[in-house]
Amino acid sequence: MQFGVFTVGDVTTDPTTGRAPTEHERIKAMVAIGRKAEEVGLDVFATGEHHNPPFVPSSPTTMLGYLAAQTSRLILSTATTLITTSDPVKIAEDFAMLQHLADGRVDLMLGRGNTGPVYPWFGQDIRKGIELAIENYHLLHRLWREDVVDWEGQFRTPLQGFTSTPRPLDGVPPFVWHGSIRSPEIAEQAAYYGDGFFANHIFWPTDHFQRLISFYRERYAHYGHGTPEQAIVGLGGQVFMRKNSQDAVREFRPYFDNAPVYGHGPSLEEFTAQTPLTVGSPQEVIDKTLTFREHFGDYQRQLFLMDHAGLPLSTVLEQLDLLGEVVPVLRQELDAKRPADVPDGPTHESLVAASLADAELEAAAR
Amino acid sequence: MSPMSPMSEQTRTVAVVTAGLSQPSSTRLLADQLAAATARQLPAGTEVVTIELRDLAHDIVNNLLTGFPAPALRQAIEQVTGADAVIAVTPLYSGSYNGLFKSFFDVLDHDSLTGKPVLIAATGGTARHSLALEHAIRPLFSYLRAVTVPTAVFAATDDWGTASRTEAAAGSELTARIERAGGELAALVTQRLTQRVTQRPPATAADPYASFTPFDQLLRAR
Repeated sequence: MQFGVFTVGDVTTDPTTGRAPTEHERIKAMVAIGRKAEEVGLDVFATGEHHNPPFVPSSPTTMLGYLAAQTSRLILSTATTLITTSDPVKIAEDFAMLQHLADGRVDLMLGRGNTGPVYPWFGQDIRKGIELAIENYHLLHRLWREDVVDWEGQFRTPLQGFTSTPRPLDGVPPFVWHGSIRSPEIAEQAAYYGDGFFANHIFWPTDHFQRLISFYRERYAHYGHGTPEQAIVGLGGQVFMRKNSQDAVREFRPYFDNAPVYGHGPSLEEFTAQTPLTVGSPQEVIDKTLTFREHFGDYQRQLFLMDHAGLPLSTVLEQLDLLGEVVPVLRQELDAKRPADVPDGPTHESLVAASLADAELEAAAR
Repeated sequence: MSPMSPMSEQTRTVAVVTAGLSQPSSTRLLADQLAAATARQLPAGTEVVTIELRDLAHDIVNNLLTGFPAPALRQAIEQVTGADAVIAVTPLYSGSYNGLFKSFFDVLDHDSLTGKPVLIAATGGTARHSLALEHAIRPLFSYLRAVTVPTAVFAATDDWGTASRTEAAAGSELTARIERAGGELAALVTQRLTQRVTQRPPATAADPYASFTPFDQLLRAR
């Protein structure tokens, strides 16, 4: 089981002080959070990709490359990489490069992006979002697996005899997660390729995502990648902890009340009852997070949103210390419950081993 | 999905959506009278469920902000979208439905009322505002592809009673309009049920998982 943090990279005013970080401060805070994630024993740091204020992370592989040099164990990932508006050729190159620099500690989560104006800035149209995600990923998938690619599609100029460089480390492409909150097409896409499916279920009630994830699991089995239970599932989470539950609620409430997305809407109490958000003691976080497995089955990756809504870096780092105490308990519980035939979260090493095993099987068959 | 029961066993449900804000409200009064008139003209056992949007006001705004309904609102939405007919009644504000009324219909899936028999009604100060039903409220339901009955019912203050003898007839005219509109809605419900039983499966919300496109088709379609 892999645990980590994912960050949107928003620049948000701290509602308790009226102060917003500068872009420079926020970017440095994000990498400080990444370093801290490794220090407290987490497995994954994932950054969003955005091309509009108030967000800073427009260039994820630059940030992740910097973090690769400052960490030794952490998997560097994204949440999400925009497969719709980025050229799949550049995604193939950027992440292969990052993979080499990070000695394989890289995977990525693809998403469509939900901000209409961003599409035309990159020459695309949001109404074609699904088609773009399908065609662009199909090309990306080939670029990492075929040394020479001829390609013609609807959305980019054709390729003749094109080789994406560098080639993936050890001939094994980075693992791909497909993130979606509502589209069966994306769950279908993830299932077709045997890729992971990440449901960022932090803003909506559980039953919606139960349908989406069980659909992905069924289709994963349909395409012959394993049983539904063996499909690779990731989930979001959102927590704020203090040793004492009441202290957590008191401290987090102004951030909740003014947060982007849900601020000025439901009360903290309503939202925690209806969504995965947990504000309370470490034990409450453990209890709530363990319900995810009951709802969605054994899963491979749990990412927490820890640094949004204007929380100051010092607070976020304290939160990560607490998360570092919570995660070993969750890891022990979830690993113990996971049946032996359900895979652990994918790593470069596990993918290399699987690829070698496949090659041996093929050789034996000949 | 369970097989359809024969028409005789099927209970009809009428959902009443009322957006009056004062309590008691003349909008609710009109809604109740329309529901009673409709139920009278449907077979016995017809269920009427009344949804006071005022009680759901915070949930409706929260749904606009978060994208999902809280449990009470969700139940109301299911009652409306699952009903055989809807009676929608709003007070007129600034020449149109009030914001609460519109916001409720804004948070429904936009195809969830397709083909649904709907009776529209409104309350206002004077009869000068009555055409708002035709200019604002009926187009909203046309957009939602609901089937509105021809008679829309408007009740002004003096429809509820007046000190003037010459205007006293207004009240009985309102009663007649309520009766006619209820009859039209009941007829549509019965006809719709008949058609359903004989020809069509019951209307259900589109299920994206039941009608998904397999990946090879997605890939070919690009």
